[in-house]
Amino acid sequence: MVSADIQIVMPEILLAVYAMLALLGAVYTTKDAMAPLLTWLTAGVFVLLAVWIGMTGQGTHAAFDGMFVDDGFARFSKVTILLSAAAVLLMSEGYMQRRGLLRFEYPVLVALAVVGMMVMVSAGDLMALYMGLELQSLALYVVASLRRDSIKSTEAGLKYFVLGALSSGLLLYGASLTYGFAGTTLFSGIIEATENEPSLGLLFGLVFLISGFAFKVSAAPFHMWTPDVYEGSPTPVTAFFATAPKVAAMALFARVVHDAFGGIVGEWQQIVAFLSVVSMFLGAIAAIGQKDIKRLMAYSSIAHMGFALMGLAAGTAFGVQAMLIYMAIYVTMNVGTFAFILGMERDGRPVTNIESLRMYSKRQPLRALAMLVLLFSLAGVPPMVGFFGKFYVLRAAYDGGLGWLAVAGVIASVIGAFYYLRLVYYMYFGEEVDALDGKMAPVLWAFLMGSALIMVVGVVNLFGIEPLAAAAAATLVN
Amino acid sequence: MGNILSLTTFIPLLGAVILALFLRGDDAAAQRNAKWVALVTTLVTFLTSLFILANFDAANTGFQMVETRPWLLGLQYKMGVDGISVLFVMLTTFLMPLVIGSCWDVKVRVKEYMIAFLILETLMLGVFMALDLVLFYLFFEAGLIPMFLIIGIWGGKNRIYASFKFFLYTFLGSVLMLVAMVAMFADAGTTDIPTLMTHTFATEPFSVLGIHIAGGMQTLLWLAFFASFAVKMPMWPVHTWLPDAHVQAPTGGSVVLAAILLKMGGYGFLRFSLPMFPVGSDVMGPLVLWLSAIAIVYTSLVALVQEDMKKLIAYSSVAHMGFVTMGIFAVNQQGIDGAIFQMISHGFISGALFLCVGVIYDRMHTREIAAYGGLVNRMPAYAMIFMFFTMANVGLPGTSGFVGEFLTLIGIFQVNTWVAAVATSGVILSAAYALWLYRRVVMGDLIKESLRSITDMTRRERAIFVPLVAMTLLLGVYPALVLDLIGPSVTALVGNYDTALASFAAASQFAAH
Repeated sequence: MVSADIQIVMPEILLAVYAMLALLGAVYTTKDAMAPLLTWLTAGVFVLLAVWIGMTGQGTHAAFDGMFVDDGFARFSKVTILLSAAAVLLMSEGYMQRRGLLRFEYPVLVALAVVGMMVMVSAGDLMALYMGLELQSLALYVVASLRRDSIKSTEAGLKYFVLGALSSGLLLYGASLTYGFAGTTLFSGIIEATENEPSLGLLFGLVFLISGFAFKVSAAPFHMWTPDVYEGSPTPVTAFFATAPKVAAMALFARVVHDAFGGIVGEWQQIVAFLSVVSMFLGAIAAIGQKDIKRLMAYSSIAHMGFALMGLAAGTAFGVQAMLIYMAIYVTMNVGTFAFILGMERDGRPVTNIESLRMYSKRQPLRALAMLVLLFSLAGVPPMVGFFGKFYVLRAAYDGGLGWLAVAGVIASVIGAFYYLRLVYYMYFGEEVDALDGKMAPVLWAFLMGSALIMVVGVVNLFGIEPLAAAAAATLVN
Repeated sequence: MGNILSLTTFIPLLGAVILALFLRGDDAAAQRNAKWVALVTTLVTFLTSLFILANFDAANTGFQMVETRPWLLGLQYKMGVDGISVLFVMLTTFLMPLVIGSCWDVKVRVKEYMIAFLILETLMLGVFMALDLVLFYLFFEAGLIPMFLIIGIWGGKNRIYASFKFFLYTFLGSVLMLVAMVAMFADAGTTDIPTLMTHTFATEPFSVLGIHIAGGMQTLLWLAFFASFAVKMPMWPVHTWLPDAHVQAPTGGSVVLAAILLKMGGYGFLRFSLPMFPVGSDVMGPLVLWLSAIAIVYTSLVALVQEDMKKLIAYSSVAHMGFVTMGIFAVNQQGIDGAIFQMISHGFISGALFLCVGVIYDRMHTREIAAYGGLVNRMPAYAMIFMFFTMANVGLPGTSGFVGEFLTLIGIFQVNTWVAAVATSGVILSAAYALWLYRRVVMGDLIKESLRSITDMTRRERAIFVPLVAMTLLLGVYPALVLDLIGPSVTALVGNYDTALASFAAASQFAAH
């Protein structure tokens, strides 16, 4: 029986073993000189694992008496996580190398964080969930303060750690309440316990669990850490924060509310809808005043999480499907946008002030155009793919009986459009200032162009992601 | 010729891609090439669109030359034209070569300018041909992007404020329509426009936040669509973005905005509001009629006191669009015929008027009315053409402007004489502001020092006006050219509307017993 269980968790085991071997290998050989190689190798491993999981995964399997679940939903999320993590690693190599930040720990920590995320999305039990979550979080706390001699970076790491620990505490408290009132930590057991009139204690547990998740997905009002951590961390790390962990946390959120509390949708629907509407408006309004593009992206991601939560709030299989599609699109857009941000340099030093983009289009028409496409996509203006993400979640919310949420969402998206337009304004209409450097690493250029191209060409059929997401959602909600 | 519609729609996009990929450099030769590529592309588009007109069967009231392909999420890529849309397609393809021709003197970022116009043409054609809700929304909304850039990059001094106002105003209007589309999709299970036209949306009244809503769901959907189209049209009181956008936009942008983009609102009312929400239209119709009447009088008065020529013409556009909405919501043959006719004719006339302003703006770089006077002494040809279009704008019999206004007034008179009376006073006011403008700019002695050396129109400029003069006169003396094409479709539209209202009345009477 054990061997069958091992079979199911094989990708996680392989990745964990790879991370440990890489750590040992680097420590006992040339240390940081190995880092570039290790970064590329890790990205390669991610892609291989993604292909393996995506190609060979079939059906639904549970390992270790249901503590670990391998189903279509988990596979969809894992492939998204692995590919986006690989993309971010590839983008960060050149940037970190030139600033002396590329230590061998970086790819290893990212690999460990990804193991944690994979466990999170496959968790079938509160214990497995917590293990995955903490593995991910601890690795992320460290990479946030990777630039040891920068006050801002260490502050970011510390802030993330303290607030992260608080949220883990909330989550654990919720988990223990749930365990106390359901008598089990298994999701399959919890859903049975909620069948007839769930006890008040269980609802308390649910609320605390959701608070913990809201922190991890940086949904308002648990978003306070996001702008500071985004701003303080080295930009490649920010790019990482904005992509894979968000997908993992959102998938985990969906898994718990559907697998463990799917019987009492009405109880958590209001909470999720509340988180959604507050996040959308806060993200849209607070971003208006931002002058730093990383902080701006932090608020933008809060607003986007609000939209993804709108899909989840519907409480239906279609809602989960919409959420998955939204997250996949969101990650693709963010990879491209951060490729652009990583390329913003003046005299070899990174610049994050949005005013430095003035008249960018005159000197770099192609790159400005790609960024224009991404910004309109982020704003959700058709024909860019970002619009379809919004369309799916709106449809899900309306079908789920949350018409008011859909109306609130589109109004928030108009407010949000303002700050994306402001970036377009700087790039195309502004006055000229000191030029940014003309050079851009080929990897960054490729990711920027690729991402922008996907946003335009995807209008044809979204690259066939729709049936995949539908199948994934169907395994979670039934 | 099974995909003539897609072909026509995407030829401009193809031209834009060719320009973007294969045209290098920004010297005089490259700029000239960019203009020629754009001109040839728009001319080819016009020629292919002639095939659409040739294949069009006016007696058939359904959609013709339909193309369907499955798309995402049960949506479809479906294109087709009927009597209501075919002339808007023709208007667009007819005007675009003239717009490109009018941009011949642009010097800054010419390639990008041409690309923006070509993409915009594809999107505008798509709006008039799309037969799927979401496809329509996609084209409708995407048109904001090139227009935002055209105003923002090539516009006047205050262009940034104007471009943001334009984008956010229209975006806010249309996202509400998006939610309504989602609701319609959920209710009818399809986004196919012909199917939705036969679908009856719920009309049971209910209350939202304590407000009683007669006509129920239909009224709410109607309102959401109204939010979008009224802003686009634009109707008083949500017209304030238009004068700003017009004043700041470059000449070509103004022409497209006035001649084609505004028509999307009117087209939307005819395509969605009337056939899909007849009860909602009936409930809200009187409101629209009065808003239109107010728009006609109020914006005409505002136009009287303008000191900027473009602003004056922009307000006059709002007033003329008031006739259109009035005609549409009169919902009878004359009213809707007149509204469509007025939109087509306004496309030629307002486009020509903005071009007239462009001609002297290119020479003097000011649009202040006070900076001109006595132009007739140095520019006789210009004075002729400007007078012709001023008269057409006033609605002089013999020009197309008269037919549209007259038909809409006949239509509204049968429905609401008070609105008709108020609106008719707008005709007088329009004569007042248009003639006064003409008097101040063209007539009198040439006393301004700066105007001593102004030159008359070049051959290129004259060539641009020839087709516009021809169309305005032709439609003025022989309106059947348009009315024969749209007549049967409008009859069908009005017939279906009346049937739907009659059955609703019967049903509510049955419920009352």
